Amino acid sequence: MSMFDQYRFSAALLALTLALAVGTASAQTASKLKIATTTTDLASLAQAVGGDRVEVNAIARGYQDPHFVEAKPSFLLQLRRADLLIIVGLQLEIGWLPPLITQSGNPRIQTGAGGYLDASQFAQILEIPMEAVTRAMGDVHPFGNPHYWLDAGNGRRVAQGIAQKLSELRPADAAYFQQRLQAFNDRLTQEERNWNAMMQPYRGRKVVTYHRSWPNFLNHFGLVSAGLIEPRPGIPPSPSHTIEIINMMKRDNVKIILVEPYFDLKMPNRIARETGAQVVVLPPSVGGEKEITDYFTLFNYDLALLVKAFQATQ
Amino acid sequence: MSFLLGRVRSKRSAVSLVLFVMLFCSTAGTALAQSSSGRMPSTTRELSDGAVPEIRSAQPQAIRDTQEQRLKSLEERLRSLEEEIGLLKEDLRTARAPMGPEQTGGARLVLASAVIPTPGEVATASPQAPAPVEPQAGAAQLPNYGGASATAKVFNPDMGVIGNFVAGMGRNQINPVPALSLQESEVSLQAIVDPYARADFFLAYGEQGVEVEEGYVTFPALPGGFRLRGGKMRAAFGRVNAFHNHTLPWVDRPLVTFNLLGGSLEEADIGIKDAGVSVSRILPAPKGIFLEATGEMYRGDSGSLFQASRRSDASAVAHLKGYGDFTENTNLELGFSYARGHNDTGSNFITELYGLDATLRWKPVRRAIYHSLAARTEAMWSRREETLATQRAFGFYGSLEYQLSRRWFTGGRYDWTERARNAAQHDSGGSLVLTYWPSEFNQIRGQLRRTRYAEGTTANEFLVQFLFTLGAHGAHPF
Repeated sequence: MSMFDQYRFSAALLALTLALAVGTASAQTASKLKIATTTTDLASLAQAVGGDRVEVNAIARGYQDPHFVEAKPSFLLQLRRADLLIIVGLQLEIGWLPPLITQSGNPRIQTGAGGYLDASQFAQILEIPMEAVTRAMGDVHPFGNPHYWLDAGNGRRVAQGIAQKLSELRPADAAYFQQRLQAFNDRLTQEERNWNAMMQPYRGRKVVTYHRSWPNFLNHFGLVSAGLIEPRPGIPPSPSHTIEIINMMKRDNVKIILVEPYFDLKMPNRIARETGAQVVVLPPSVGGEKEITDYFTLFNYDLALLVKAFQATQ
Repeated sequence: MSFLLGRVRSKRSAVSLVLFVMLFCSTAGTALAQSSSGRMPSTTRELSDGAVPEIRSAQPQAIRDTQEQRLKSLEERLRSLEEEIGLLKEDLRTARAPMGPEQTGGARLVLASAVIPTPGEVATASPQAPAPVEPQAGAAQLPNYGGASATAKVFNPDMGVIGNFVAGMGRNQINPVPALSLQESEVSLQAIVDPYARADFFLAYGEQGVEVEEGYVTFPALPGGFRLRGGKMRAAFGRVNAFHNHTLPWVDRPLVTFNLLGGSLEEADIGIKDAGVSVSRILPAPKGIFLEATGEMYRGDSGSLFQASRRSDASAVAHLKGYGDFTENTNLELGFSYARGHNDTGSNFITELYGLDATLRWKPVRRAIYHSLAARTEAMWSRREETLATQRAFGFYGSLEYQLSRRWFTGGRYDWTERARNAAQHDSGGSLVLTYWPSEFNQIRGQLRRTRYAEGTTANEFLVQFLFTLGAHGAHPF
């Protein structure tokens, strides 16, 4: 290869790089702010605040275990174009999100960049371990329980955080986002009044849950978690633990078992048969069922199911 | 009794002998060092020959100083060792005196305690003697790392250790696995470097020594959507070449990677891995299709596959990956790979590799933690130039993995491959695999493997593997 050839080769490479870069840059100037979220709940909140000025896509489905999402390359197509990535945080997505972020080749959403938003910073977090954590406790989340969106109060806080971020990214639309946030808050306050009234008669009721997904939800509505079907987070049910749960449920007259839609129902059904309890498949996320289209219908759906179950097991 | 006393006495003499040898070695070593450093200035003098007189006069003075210091420290060590011997003697005497024959095991204990100083005991044994100085002095001289608070550790990288313990049973005359071995202990250190880069280190501690399996910096977001990686890496050739041993769905690597990607009997961790740079970018493609191109350049040294005799003998790897979802549960990945480098015949002899890989995955999203299926295959063609002829070899494997329940996985693999250095010979094999996951940090795997080698022998083996993870929660490979 002569010197001249080498120069020509480098020049061609440079031109190609520039062409590709310009191509991506021009694609960025589309009018809608592109938001990617890890879960459907965050997508719903972002949509509520962003309205028609944003385009929102969630990675995990509402009926999928958010701990175990596969890092499929098709998600990269979404992340590559995103102006903003909103995550649940608290290590919920640790098993699949980091490589997606790295491989996206998108500077806007890299950890710590302006388009990277960890929503957990706005929320009230429960179950932050005070003692030293070890994996003998199972797959524990050392920074606290990541299922915080199931408290409407946290929904409000996260929505406000998102509105702030959107205004930062699109200052021209700040008033619009503020107005949408206000409308969301007003509706949430109103709905919350209904929800609290619905659950008022059942305050203090005990329930058993499959995974530790519900502390914020139970707390908010004054329900009590009597036990977990998983002996430890992420560890499938064991015979000895199941017997303990059955004995406890009989002793304390616990009649409700809440199961997330992505867990096997064999063990919960067996426990229910032994104890005369009722299994309620309760979606913890938007999109968990067809009817659950946003953050409000999530609570409407779940609370209606719960009320029905409480009435049936009076 | 007397026999046992004799044993104790001989033990004492053994201790003195060891101490003596240690002393001798350190003295001799220092003497040697002195004599060699003593020669140094004279050669400098010969070479420089008065050109830099100030150095000539300064150097011997400095060396004399260090020699004096060394002598002093040696004397000190001698003194402390003598004291320790005295202590040991005392200890022995006190240990022996009240002891019956069945208690001699206790004497051993006292001996051990004398070496690892427990000040209280030593003090009671010989109150007039000062406690051994060295360990305490060492502790006081420990460097003071960083800040005083625990927050100094905030920026430590995520650390993890993965143990890969393999037991082999059965008979294999060609490429035997040790009966029991901790094949690899992989230490991972990963962190974000700064707003522009992240870095990943994977240090593989084998039974023979340590290897930096991978160590690279990644610039994930360069202008134009490019991703740049530099360091030592497993090359993006095919699919499993980039996998670490502990992320494979089998205990071993497929035969074709051994035969065509430069495997050797000495190394369990086979594949193309070398120091170099890698650039990749997602390419524009029809909607729903993911297309990514990767280009890599390496030094050109990888196992017995590539060898760089000159600096310009670099090797290159190119990979094109296509991926598409059929449904939310099913997807297909296809890859084309090419690698080129100089081989060990000489600088003018090239080895070229072509690869084709396909992976079909099924995982029902609603029951993702209970059931899944992966069917994968890789075919490779090797073209190796040698002095007399060019060897063209082909090989492939096909594998099927199915998740039976949350904790149980089963699978099988078929191997057929020619040999890169003698394409007339081929090996084939079949494996059945069963894996149990107590948790995602812990796997126990059994693999029944039958291999028919070109030499005409057949090996039936049963491999058992324990994989265990400490520390950081790594992301799962896809």
